[in-house]
Amino acid sequence: MGKLVFVGLGLHDEMGVSLRGIEEIRGMDAVFAEFYTSLMIGLSIEKLEKLIGKRVSIVTRKDLEEGGGSLILQKAIEGKVALLVPGDPLIATTHIALRISAEKQGIKTRVIHGASIDSAVIGLTGLQNYKYGRSVTIPFSENKFALDTPYSVIMENRKMNLHTLCFLDIKAEEKRYMTIKEGIQLLLATEKKMERGVITLNTLVVGIARAGSRDPTVKAGYIKEVITHNFGVPPHSLVFPGKLHFMEAEALITFAGAPEQIKEMIK
Amino acid sequence: MTDSLLAEAGLLSPKIAGQARALDYLEEEQKRGITIKTANISLLHEIKGKSYVLNIIDTPGHVDFTGKVTRALRAIDGAVVVVDAVEEVMVQTETVTRQALDERVKPVLFINKIDRLIRELKISPKEIQEKLSRIIRDFNTLIDIYGEPEFKDDWKVNPSEGTVAFGSALHRWGFTSGIAQEKGIGFKKIIEIYKQERWQEIQKTLPLHSAILNMAVENLPNPVVAQKYRIPKIWKGDINSKIGQAMLDCNDDGPIVLCFNKVQMDSHAGLVATGRLFSGSIGEGDEVYLVGAKKAYRVQQISMYMGAFRDVVDRIVAGNIAALLGLDLARAGETLVDVTTKEMIPFERIKYVSEPVVTIAIEPKHPKDLPRLVDIMHRIAVDDPNLVSTINKETGEYLLSGMGELHLEIACKVIKDFKLDITTSRPIVVYRESVAGQGVIAMTKSPNKHSRFWIQVEPLEEKVVEMIEKGEIDDIVGRKQMGTVLYRDAKWSTKEARNVMALEEHRNILINLTTGIQALREVRATIISGFRWACQNGPLCEEPLRGLKIKLMDAKLHEDPVHRGPAQVMPATRKGILGSYLTAGPILLEPIYKIGVSVSPQWVGEVTSIITRNRGRITSSAQRGSLTMINGYIPVSETFGLAADMRSATSGHAFWQCTFDHWEKMSKNLALSVIKEIREKRGLNPEIPSPNRFIDEA
Ligand SMILES: Nc1nc2c(ncn2[C@@H]2O[C@H](COP(=O)(O)OP(=O)(O)OP(=O)(O)O)[C@@H](O)[C@H]2O)c(=O)[nH]1
Ligand SMILES: [Mg+2]
Repeated sequence: MGKLVFVGLGLHDEMGVSLRGIEEIRGMDAVFAEFYTSLMIGLSIEKLEKLIGKRVSIVTRKDLEEGGGSLILQKAIEGKVALLVPGDPLIATTHIALRISAEKQGIKTRVIHGASIDSAVIGLTGLQNYKYGRSVTIPFSENKFALDTPYSVIMENRKMNLHTLCFLDIKAEEKRYMTIKEGIQLLLATEKKMERGVITLNTLVVGIARAGSRDPTVKAGYIKEVITHNFGVPPHSLVFPGKLHFMEAEALITFAGAPEQIKEMIK
Repeated sequence: MTDSLLAEAGLLSPKIAGQARALDYLEEEQKRGITIKTANISLLHEIKGKSYVLNIIDTPGHVDFTGKVTRALRAIDGAVVVVDAVEEVMVQTETVTRQALDERVKPVLFINKIDRLIRELKISPKEIQEKLSRIIRDFNTLIDIYGEPEFKDDWKVNPSEGTVAFGSALHRWGFTSGIAQEKGIGFKKIIEIYKQERWQEIQKTLPLHSAILNMAVENLPNPVVAQKYRIPKIWKGDINSKIGQAMLDCNDDGPIVLCFNKVQMDSHAGLVATGRLFSGSIGEGDEVYLVGAKKAYRVQQISMYMGAFRDVVDRIVAGNIAALLGLDLARAGETLVDVTTKEMIPFERIKYVSEPVVTIAIEPKHPKDLPRLVDIMHRIAVDDPNLVSTINKETGEYLLSGMGELHLEIACKVIKDFKLDITTSRPIVVYRESVAGQGVIAMTKSPNKHSRFWIQVEPLEEKVVEMIEKGEIDDIVGRKQMGTVLYRDAKWSTKEARNVMALEEHRNILINLTTGIQALREVRATIISGFRWACQNGPLCEEPLRGLKIKLMDAKLHEDPVHRGPAQVMPATRKGILGSYLTAGPILLEPIYKIGVSVSPQWVGEVTSIITRNRGRITSSAQRGSLTMINGYIPVSETFGLAADMRSATSGHAFWQCTFDHWEKMSKNLALSVIKEIREKRGLNPEIPSPNRFIDEA
């Protein structure tokens, strides 16, 4: 009877995987890993292999999508297979299709969670879990309509006083990662087109870099300040806060150097 | 003939005109004795002390190069159609005359090779008269069939009005009825002179250039007259706008509007773009803008044509043809304007009567030359938009498609002239994949399985295909206009007519029938890319799809933009089209030539049998004097080697022409064997894929 285990690698480097994960992986016949959905800049494959005592085969987006994951599923029909995924394995929706098709073929599946950017952002900023609306990715795109979605998601969330977590696109194959500055610039350009006053130089924003590493950077402020802040190497994320709870305001001032005026946004 | 015109302009010595073929300046043209490229000249002609500037373009007659005729017609207002007195009106006469009328270019007639009637055929003056009247009648029938009602009566030719000239280009004489009267010379006298072998004398009394140039000056419109009625035909913008008025009036003081008809890569000058100025005046240093390429330029140099040479000029004014340097993105058909009038609606697309239906594979002898081959192929495709080159990504094979065997042979010669050793495959025909009925609504998933599309394929009405061909529906005219036309003339439902998403070059239309999908606007461009991708290579044997109405019925998209990017949407759209296609009764279309053969009655049986043996059919066979004119259709694939067959069966006595006519459904058995052969050649699995290779299950 086959088995497919999705193991979350957590954040930043190989130290993010849980003990439960390591134990599980050690009992596997084959171990795959993908790094196209997210970026773990501190991770080294050799160190990971040493830690888990197994060879790791890297799979690409093409292997998983166009091949329908058959590479992994074939192995999993016979034996025990692990797929290592950055963060928490099923937070980005990508792998749910694989899990569904495994179960349909009679392969037992299991998920071992890891820390994800979602929980890290909540912790690092102090913006409460209860108050987020839809999250959205700011894409690298030639398509002139591609930014309409993030823009309108931020607008809709704000109408309901909710925060918006924006993931910044990565093109792992091209080693391209969107920075906070680029993300903000794209939104400012969209504002020019939409003219709804959603993104202005005086909009409050929180930038988060290298969540989960030893030296994360968190900076809150108005766009005109944040856009020039040096966040260092990626990965980067952005949060557009909605109305602030007083605890949230205090957290942003304390942890993220937000200006005192943000207290005026408290509801 | 054009050589005589040049001689008159003092550019060629009168002695060698007639053999010199000054406008046929390619070595290849001289050798083969045909015109391959179009050549421009501008010259001065004097009648009764008054000077006229004539801008002349000599175009090729061979059907493989008719694309060049099409492009040249945009730049001119009148045409001298040359008909061989022996062969009379042929298929190609019809093709060029029809194209001229489509562009509202007024034709006059020159009946050439009268010397052959006298010296070779030795027919009586009465028979000559009959032959000439028949040519004139047949020519006027063409004007009757293809001319627009407002023009055709005026434009019919008549010797007594001076719109027909007779002559011999070889012996460099010609006359119209006016000239004949003035000089007191007629056919009888000419026959007499020939009998006495004194034909050299005729060129002195009846110089050919006077006949042709007088006929042109007296009967063809000047730009001011012509643009009044031609502009509304070739430009769909607002006639009452400032630009519209300036063009109607051929106004030298108007904004610059120029339409290119020919573009050439010159190894010294770079890109040389030749076109007709419809309004304004243009000179070196002017700031201009290419409407299609959306690029601004400063004009580097302007010149006018004198045979093979260009003479630099300071400025030219509306109504003239000139060559411009320094516009790297200019292409034939492209519109050039003043930088201040960027928003101008471009000219009507140039519509070709023929399509590139024959293909060869080209390979460099030395693999290291591949980048050069790619570069050269690009260059020749710029020069000649009717040559289409594609790379087969899997095999690395370079394919070149053209109008016919000769077209490709000449193209290869040009490549070899760049000192590149190449090998070429034998020519093959290009096919189209279409459908006979309606397919299922195919559901497909994006690779990440998070988006789904529902797509249905059915045949596009014949009428709509025709409308696309005629340019009545076109991306240029805009969505709204297109919707109106489809609703009114093609009887489409308002919903379908209003929601055309895209038109594809092989006569396919994509319609959006979804409602209320928020992110559709965002993925629209990628859906269209997927549609174009599918249309390039059908599932039968990767030939282009043709004549399909493709309906996007519904779509469910992932919430987040990065999960519904091009890599997800394009393949899913393509799969949906191909999947539904395969359930819609796929058929294969092959290109069919119209063929016309003129031959003496004793060979009619042979010719008929050659045509029918090669899956062709005869539509008419009529006596024309001593010759029989056989008309019919024949599949292009059966015409390779036809020349040799025809020659040996008739001892070289048949004169024949082919021209692309239409696409025709192949019988099932024949189609299957063609598909098998192409799949094999392309290294595809021999089996046609089944629909569920593309359609997903819920
Ligand atoms: N006997 C005779 N032969 C002629 C006459 N005019 C042209 N020819 C011959 O016909 C052939 C074609 O002449 P071209 O002037 O190249 O004809 P064309 O119409 O320009 O041909 P393309 O440009 O190739 O379509 C040549 O061999 C000429 O010598 C003529 O009046 N009498
Ligand atoms: Mg010629």
